[in-house]
Amino acid sequence: MRAFTYQRANTPAEAAAIALRTPGAKFIAGGTNLLDLMKLEIETPTQLIDLNGLALDKIEATSDGGLRIGAMVRNVDLAADMRVRRDYGVLSRALLAGASAQLRNMATTAGNLLQRTRCPYFYDTNQACNKRIPGSGCAAVGGFSRQHAIIGVSDACIATHPSDMAVAMRVLDAEVETVRPDGTMRAIPIALFHRLPGNTPHIENALELGELITAVKLPAPVGGKHSYRKVRDRSSYAFALISVAAIIQPNGTGRLALGGVAHKPWRVEAAEQAMPGAPATVVERLLAGAEPTAENAFKITLAHRTLGAVLANAQKD
Amino acid sequence: MNDFSDIKLSRRELLIAGALSASATVVPGLARAQDAGADVGSETTVNATISFHVNGQLHELNLDTRTTLLDALREHLHLNGTKKGCDHGQCGACTVIVDGRRINSCLSLTVMQQGARITTIEGLGTPDRLHPMQAAFIKHDGYQCGYCTPGQICSAVSVLQEIKQGIPSHVSASLTEHPQVSAEEIRERMSGNICRCGAYSNIIDAITEVAGRTL
Repeated sequence: MRAFTYQRANTPAEAAAIALRTPGAKFIAGGTNLLDLMKLEIETPTQLIDLNGLALDKIEATSDGGLRIGAMVRNVDLAADMRVRRDYGVLSRALLAGASAQLRNMATTAGNLLQRTRCPYFYDTNQACNKRIPGSGCAAVGGFSRQHAIIGVSDACIATHPSDMAVAMRVLDAEVETVRPDGTMRAIPIALFHRLPGNTPHIENALELGELITAVKLPAPVGGKHSYRKVRDRSSYAFALISVAAIIQPNGTGRLALGGVAHKPWRVEAAEQAMPGAPATVVERLLAGAEPTAENAFKITLAHRTLGAVLANAQKD
Repeated sequence: MNDFSDIKLSRRELLIAGALSASATVVPGLARAQDAGADVGSETTVNATISFHVNGQLHELNLDTRTTLLDALREHLHLNGTKKGCDHGQCGACTVIVDGRRINSCLSLTVMQQGARITTIEGLGTPDRLHPMQAAFIKHDGYQCGYCTPGQICSAVSVLQEIKQGIPSHVSASLTEHPQVSAEEIRERMSGNICRCGAYSNIIDAITEVAGRTL
């Protein structure tokens, strides 16, 4: 691990201003992903700005009937919040399907959105990776790609976004609230927050230099049956091969997003217009234009089966 | 900027921090020094002083900012019960309880634990006065080589606490009802602690017995 200086800020805007004027500075929240990457020298910040004292750890009701989740709310506290369990069950379920209890006790809401891919070629510093070293190539293309993305991919990168929580946030139409170094705030719709890799896979989200996430806002609850179905190689503590976040209404309409298939949570509103309808039609629209590798083409079959199971379950009781 | 009076900056750290905030042009120099210098090079080492409670006792340490909580416990406080397995948050051998919650101590910087109250396996029980979970692990043979055991026990104690607090899990049938102790719940909640010897079924027996007594 490279040496770094450590400091705290008094306000989110001050933290953002420090990050802007300090080249090599990074925010640290729970640290569960950043510290792992620092040990491998994939992340090499020269300064860490600790956000833990900024009182961004509250979940508050908003005037429009939704919730404002502070950036530093721990994954466990978000999953266990009774309002979330009751009205946004897909979010609780997604959080509880991710990581281990120890990690959920540390990991934060904003940190979860900003976590880096678990592509093994990103982690192996002996391999080419455009995300780690732009322009160096992609060892995953033509490599072992069973876990990788099947849609929205580019020649430069086939990594997936590893978050479960973000997939639930996508079906909930969450907004990411931020503060910029000049103190101004903005709200970024979750659909526009994560980016596809294109030719710049190292740029993973819409944040500007120094811009800090302060909260994630959920609109008022939309009802319906919430579920998060995650398919993985072992039954706990593993990343998704495929996951489906779903909110299904009694009339069979609903919202769907897939995890484990792309560089961002994958939701296609046009596919939802096929609901209620044959699950196969919905999946075909969701995954139209998919470009799987020979090793991960099974994810298309898996998407059909998983989504079919989710829709069948939603019909029960 | 916060003085953060709890953290006493070394002169070296003040120089670096001052240089960083005074002028961006200093940073490439710092970066070069780091590239050239090994991690152990005193040239680039940044220290900070922090204090926290471990097993009820207050400690003040002056450490390289890179020091993880795990290394502070083992290398500086010589509390070797907490184990280093993978050092990447994947195995759970380093599990300790911080402010009432179990965490992977390998994935936490000591400098971020100012004022924390930490419980390690040494603080749960002693050879003369075992914690009920320690006694149950012995009774049920909940280990073979024992390397993962301190982390397993810290985790197991927390599992029962978390169920008591009503925190749901991935296998809880209902999100809104209070979770119950079952083998399935214990298996899911203990999945962050890997046992290479495969003592899992006996670990579940040990936790189930303590749960029957305490919940």
